[in-house]
Amino acid sequence: MANSNGAFSPEKKQTQASAGITLQQVTKSFGDGEVRNQVLFDIDLQVNTGCLSLLIGPSGCGKTTLISIIAGILNADSGCIEIFGERLDRMSDGQKTAFRKKNIGFIFQQFNLVPTLTALENVAIPLFAQHVPRNKALDRAAEMLAHVGLAERAQFMPKQLSGGQQQRVAIARALVSQPKLLVCDEPTASLDGQTGHAVMGLLKSVSVDAHRCVIVVTHDNRIYEFGDSQIQMEDGRIQSIQTLSHAR
Amino acid sequence: MYWIALKMLFGDRVKFVTLLVGLSFSVLLITQQGSIFCGLMKRTSATIFNTGAPVWVSDARIRSVDDVKPLQDTDLPRVRSVTGVQYALPLLFRITQAQLPSGDSENILLVGVDEQALIGIPQAVRQGNLSRLNQPEAVAVDDSSLEKLGNPGLNSTFEINDKRARITAIVGAKRSFFAYPYVYTTFSRALEYMPRQRKLMSFVLAYPKPGISAERLALQIERETGLGAFTEEEFLWHTIGYYMKNTGIPINFGITIFLGLLVGAAISAQTFYAFVMENMRQFGTFKAIGVGNGTLIRMIFLQSSTVSIMGYGIGVGLLALFASRIPPNGVVAFYTPWQLLAIAFVFIVVISVFASLVAGWRVLRIEPAIVFRG
Repeated sequence: MANSNGAFSPEKKQTQASAGITLQQVTKSFGDGEVRNQVLFDIDLQVNTGCLSLLIGPSGCGKTTLISIIAGILNADSGCIEIFGERLDRMSDGQKTAFRKKNIGFIFQQFNLVPTLTALENVAIPLFAQHVPRNKALDRAAEMLAHVGLAERAQFMPKQLSGGQQQRVAIARALVSQPKLLVCDEPTASLDGQTGHAVMGLLKSVSVDAHRCVIVVTHDNRIYEFGDSQIQMEDGRIQSIQTLSHAR
Repeated sequence: MYWIALKMLFGDRVKFVTLLVGLSFSVLLITQQGSIFCGLMKRTSATIFNTGAPVWVSDARIRSVDDVKPLQDTDLPRVRSVTGVQYALPLLFRITQAQLPSGDSENILLVGVDEQALIGIPQAVRQGNLSRLNQPEAVAVDDSSLEKLGNPGLNSTFEINDKRARITAIVGAKRSFFAYPYVYTTFSRALEYMPRQRKLMSFVLAYPKPGISAERLALQIERETGLGAFTEEEFLWHTIGYYMKNTGIPINFGITIFLGLLVGAAISAQTFYAFVMENMRQFGTFKAIGVGNGTLIRMIFLQSSTVSIMGYGIGVGLLALFASRIPPNGVVAFYTPWQLLAIAFVFIVVISVFASLVAGWRVLRIEPAIVFRG
């Protein structure tokens, strides 16, 4: 399944797209009183499954706050947040934790791998969190590592891997529990152009699943070509949503 | 996830070793200083151990075994007449001086026992024979402080208050608190060695009839005679209590032990806290991917308790190594009761729980959104 660059070939699994994420009138502010700073203003957004959406905009425009709310790791002040038919804004913290465990995969700018675990063990973490038996979890993690082209690096420690390889391990970790939503924060920011392209190729290949949404926050205009749509943000508001014609 | 917690702990070798060293050193300091303190306190009661009597009768105002308040000669038959007493024997116990052949003088603990029963002398005879104590000038000395008497052999002589004493037996006795040699002889000869006084009997050693406990007999003697009567254990703690209250020993050792606790707690808690703080991003990631707070707290507690128990084991191991190098009954007083090990273990558990709570509180407070910050 992986090509010579370690990236996926796009899978022809896409069927009919449906709304994976629906936000209505979502607001968010930090602080109280005079120091209150509103960072999101009445966000309305719909993201369909089976596509890769790029969330772009200048620093401080609220991109990270928005994906944090979508991912259920930050509470909005008001508004409706529906992820794959479930109202996140009505869930308790515990319910959100369980929801994230089951439905959401994360990819971070700094990879956030555990330095004392091997690549294989890092990939298996979400499965351990779901109480999958250790051997079974490691077997599934090994399969996922093979999918991202790092089978031979399974026993390497993160510091023994290049930046691109570490990000691929992080992608394998994000995908190993088959999440419906993949949230990626600046996944190419720490990588050179070529490696960034390989990583985006990998993300693109997993986004074609009709039951999955992939949202990528990025500043990196070198990877815009991988997006099916671009959500442009500015000053806490969505300025435009553009469906890209080059997509697939 | 618990397996991951352990790999995170063992994987950061510098922090792990720092934690282990801090905890081990702390446990060693607490148990080693505590053992010396317990050893010293035990030595305050060496005379009681060496004598081995079930009930000690003395003046009711006595503060310790060394605080002799002599009894009247008539007190012996009074004790013997108490219901429940099978037999009662006089004991003379005094600190006096011996003049050695070298011309030096040395403090000794003179113990005079009933000449027929010879009860009150340790039965571990190293050289000679206790039955020879009935010979003229005969004394037995203990082997723990022989060097103070110039390492004499059998039939060596020295003087006690200008009267000659000849060693006919050397016995094994527990070293006294002041490390004065014990010199045992018969009661009547001990009286000869001491300057004439109106009252010379220090204690009456009472033995209960079969079926009567030492505690009951002690109460009976107190009730019927008005004298002080203690079981061996009561007298031991009475003596230790006196030294605890009236000497600076507990305070001095207490300060060292407290510093050990403080240093250990500070090093361990701080290092563990730093360890968790450095892993905050990882904990944030775990939180983001759906690991619950309860699991995170248990992971942290597993890490802290694992390193704590390992530190405890190493600390106690070092203590055992230290103890094995100390000659028994030597100059260094050393006694490790199980209670001391239990206290050190409780300390470790407290440190572990404290460190877990502080670090866990921080982990609970982190927002999982921390993972999106670069």
